[in-house]
Amino acid sequence: MQEALRFQSVDVEPVDRAGMLTQARLVRRGSDSAARGLSLTIRDLRKAFGDNEVLRGVDLHIPAGQFVAIVGRSGCGKSTLLRLIAGLEVATAGSIAFGEETRAQDVRVMFQEPRLLPWARVLANVEVGLGRERASAGAQARAERALVEVGLGDKRGQWPSVLSGGQKQRVALARALVSQPRVLAFDEPLGALDALTRISMQRLLERVWRDQGFTAILVTHDVSEAVALADRVLVIEDGRVAQDVVVDQPRPRRRGSAELAALEGEILSHLLEGNEDTPGL
Amino acid sequence: MSLIDSFPRVRAPKLPRVDGLIPWIVPLAIILVWQLACVTGFVPARVLPAPSDVALAGWKLLLSGELIKNIWVSFWRASIGFLIGGSIGFAFGLANGLSQLSAKLTDTTLQMVRNIPHLALIPLVILWFGIDESAKLFLVALGVFFPIYLNALHGIRTVDPQLIEMGRIYGMTDGELFRRVIFPGALPSIFAGLRFALGIMWLTLIVAETIAASSGLGYMAMQAREFMLIDVVVLSILIYAVLGKVADSASRALERLTLSWHPAFQKK
Repeated sequence: MQEALRFQSVDVEPVDRAGMLTQARLVRRGSDSAARGLSLTIRDLRKAFGDNEVLRGVDLHIPAGQFVAIVGRSGCGKSTLLRLIAGLEVATAGSIAFGEETRAQDVRVMFQEPRLLPWARVLANVEVGLGRERASAGAQARAERALVEVGLGDKRGQWPSVLSGGQKQRVALARALVSQPRVLAFDEPLGALDALTRISMQRLLERVWRDQGFTAILVTHDVSEAVALADRVLVIEDGRVAQDVVVDQPRPRRRGSAELAALEGEILSHLLEGNEDTPGL
Repeated sequence: MSLIDSFPRVRAPKLPRVDGLIPWIVPLAIILVWQLACVTGFVPARVLPAPSDVALAGWKLLLSGELIKNIWVSFWRASIGFLIGGSIGFAFGLANGLSQLSAKLTDTTLQMVRNIPHLALIPLVILWFGIDESAKLFLVALGVFFPIYLNALHGIRTVDPQLIEMGRIYGMTDGELFRRVIFPGALPSIFAGLRFALGIMWLTLIVAETIAASSGLGYMAMQAREFMLIDVVVLSILIYAVLGKVADSASRALERLTLSWHPAFQKK
């Protein structure tokens, strides 16, 4: 499957599978928590909506516990890829296989909108994330722990309507985390937030990822966010993986450092080049 | 009848207790002016009796027990008719909101029937049921059916599909999805329908009772007209106003209770 991947980037050092795995382990702190994540293998994944082929053969391996960012222009199929991974859409062809057998609560999604139930208080909204285990004995305690984890322990009894946009998104994160997922997919979760809230949310995402060791897949249109958070950035173009870039930077990363800026510049210039090649965009 | 207009909006912060009297200033002023106009002879008593005379008539009827009896009969008819029509309308609203098949099967028919003014059926209803209780119940039920049906259907159809997707992702069963997502989401619209239906309920009952009845408030008013008891006629009309207001306040209170999550109902 390695040869099926397209490494079009010349400037970025070529990536070999083994090297990437080492990279992922280096980045990971606690080795036991790394065991929590699930690896993910995608083969020749295709998805068409009617005549419109959105994904045209994606091949991809994501090691357990890796933080992968998927970037690309709007309509490139990045959100579709994420929805397929999360099981929200059915592929037209190809396969997605997790490293081990998964239960429903092992894969969770966080959307751009918080999607909280307005008629349920914050704690009850987090409990929704427990799925079938909602009725179990420790449900409330688990939900409370998840709320504390995202720093909203004192908001448990509030209605969602009184929370700020960033707080709502943190409740949504707690809801996604409460079942201790092994894969967490983010569909532009910070897209609707203001710049400062975004940065603090990015820190929070990075921290919970490091604490819990799930495999993180982040779809974003913000390349600087991608290089700041991810171990690896995938550029999707015309329904395929056009570029696969390893972000070999120690954590915690300093936003705006020269290395990150250089990487960001490379990915951006690639994206922009593609833009000029495509007439009518 | 616009559905959107009847949704709760963001209102001014709740006023303190003293200001709670403000809505009553205008009705009280009207009664005062009315009384003055009658006492000074500006309005002849044959046209409109003074409020004090109306109150006196009410007191007499209250003592004779006639007033309570008639109010009770009307109230009973209104509630039973409302319960029957409302529950059938709600059931159809749920079925057609949740099932495409059910909507395809019945919605067109219901929309056609909706365009017949239900009061136009009075002659037919009298032929069918005579001036029996069932005639009034039938008309009230038919009248409240449509606002309840339309608003329940609208409420369910407009529940945020993103929330429904969220519910499914988090493993909610169909029952849970209905109970935790669809029904609460449809509730503001259901309440709009409820309040509209309460208005229709009184309207239908008044008309039905004035045309064909041997008891009830409408009958009382028609009897009083026969004997030129204009104070009793006015009294009946005022009682309808009060009953309508009571029904509306009750549904508002229920709304506040169940929609406490809604920004429009949150106390500041």
